[in-house]
Amino acid sequence: MSLDPAYLEYPRRREGYDHDLYTWSPMRERPRVAWPEGKPLAVWPVVSLEWFPITPCDTPFRAPGHMQTAYPDYRHYTSREYGSRVGVYRLLDAFAKAGAKASFATNAAIAERYPSLIADVIAAGHEIIAHSTDMNGTIASGLPEDEERALIARSLDALEKATGTRPRGWHSIARSQSFATPRLLAEAGVAYCCDWVNDELPYVMTTEAGELINIPLNHELSDRQIITVQQHSADSYVEQMLDAAHWLTAEAAREGGGRMLPLQLTPYIMALPYRIGSLEALLTKLAERPDTWFATGADILDVWGAAHG
Amino acid sequence: MQEGAADPGLYDYVSYRGRTPFAWPGGKKAAVWVSPNLEFYELDPPANPHRKSWAKPHPDVVGYSHRDHANRVSHWRMADVMTKYGFPGSVSLSVALCQHHPRVVEDANQRGWEFFSHGIYNTRYSYGMDEAQERRIIEDSIRTVRDATGQTIKGWLAPALTHTPRTLDLIAEYGLTYTCDLYHDDQPMPVNTASGRLISMPYSLEVNDHYGFFVYNMSPRDYADTLIRQYERLAAEPSGTVMCIPLHSYLIGQPHRIGPFEGVLRHIAADDRAWITRSGDIADHWIANVGDAA
Repeated sequence: MSLDPAYLEYPRRREGYDHDLYTWSPMRERPRVAWPEGKPLAVWPVVSLEWFPITPCDTPFRAPGHMQTAYPDYRHYTSREYGSRVGVYRLLDAFAKAGAKASFATNAAIAERYPSLIADVIAAGHEIIAHSTDMNGTIASGLPEDEERALIARSLDALEKATGTRPRGWHSIARSQSFATPRLLAEAGVAYCCDWVNDELPYVMTTEAGELINIPLNHELSDRQIITVQQHSADSYVEQMLDAAHWLTAEAAREGGGRMLPLQLTPYIMALPYRIGSLEALLTKLAERPDTWFATGADILDVWGAAHG
Repeated sequence: MQEGAADPGLYDYVSYRGRTPFAWPGGKKAAVWVSPNLEFYELDPPANPHRKSWAKPHPDVVGYSHRDHANRVSHWRMADVMTKYGFPGSVSLSVALCQHHPRVVEDANQRGWEFFSHGIYNTRYSYGMDEAQERRIIEDSIRTVRDATGQTIKGWLAPALTHTPRTLDLIAEYGLTYTCDLYHDDQPMPVNTASGRLISMPYSLEVNDHYGFFVYNMSPRDYADTLIRQYERLAAEPSGTVMCIPLHSYLIGQPHRIGPFEGVLRHIAADDRAWITRSGDIADHWIANVGDAA
């Protein structure tokens, strides 16, 4: 038994990465970013507004949170809808109470189906970023490039039509991209994506269609990961976020510059009646900290871009 | 090992009861070593017929970029905490990291950390290699680490824990003294090899941060508590135990985890029963003072 000799050849074994999507730099050596008013910690809430068709699609893959039983899966279809009818309003109220602004990663289908929800999000001063067409709109290698380009355009167009503003940000379902995605997003005029989790500050991706900024949205800190996957309680989630805030603030003081704490929230997970109180307590505690700057992705991009652009 | 045999014949059975206690240097009861995995995973690796690399079609954005967090952010965060409490690293190294991110390797070397091989990449598996191919990755590992750090590797942790029936014989033949791939004991033990001399170094899957967070789904504070319990028990048992803390900075160096972990290092550093050291030093001491005396 032996392996194909090519398996022991390493054509991309070189300094830097084995790809050209972005270049290497250690975060602590980069120019320092200064958030407004000298606050060390940008807290960036990101809410997913998702519509799951009751007819799930497995091409290229089935989105997390999608239908699970044989057709018709009333339990998951309606549980996800609960997030867009009830849960999201608890989140909006919690943000208002804490004085926090958020980025809402929104399926085009939400904008088309529930314009009043979009109006309420906009009226509260939050940012809308694109999050594909609906939860059948997953991206991965194997999706033909023209279909991916059309999916991106449809998503952006629908949100622009509903809000009057073309979204600057993009978040792929499950953060899944193809090799073409960064280029297609840049080509479509998207300023930033939040799919790559390799950093804790924005950085530049380079594509043949120009630059795209990646603002890392830490999946390890998401409510889906901590509560749904790891099955921790909402109170444990809060403790973990506060431990993170404490660490990042101290690190910023030690090393200089600002840090980011992304809070990725899913209405049908975090905004259930028995969990929302924990989140409200977290937002209150963060708001009370003198070092917290609540920011949207666009706010972060503008401040970071002014110094690094 | 005995290829194809039901008992691979890796080592002899030695019960825990009745062993002669021995002290580590300084009269310490438990040797504690921290093993950061400094890895490089390829975005688009070739397929190994015996094991899939990424769970998703390439690029697996989360899989790849999560691990890349180590080489941009969390290595230094983890390493600073270790240095603060006097814990050197014993690095399980994807040796191609020496080419891709030499400054990460240099940082570890300057901190006085030891390196052993964890293969070329953590996306290139040993399954299916013939002997000549396996020799090439061992020789590549020895040469690459020597060129990058001046160190001669003494140990091996198979890339992504993928072995062949001849791996242990070959690394012993090349003069390596310990393997981190066997989990049968809390003390170093002799390993049967065709030539040379090899011992098993207690590593750990059970308290590996990957198991803690992704198999047992522990919270950061639960994982920290687990490590303290593991240490307290090993330090309380008859002398001569080994505790390994295997880490991946992209896991332990996340902002919600590093604080509780710092508490673990503070706890162990403040306890006078621990020999805080490196795997190669444990192997050298055990071979010279315990194995040879037996």
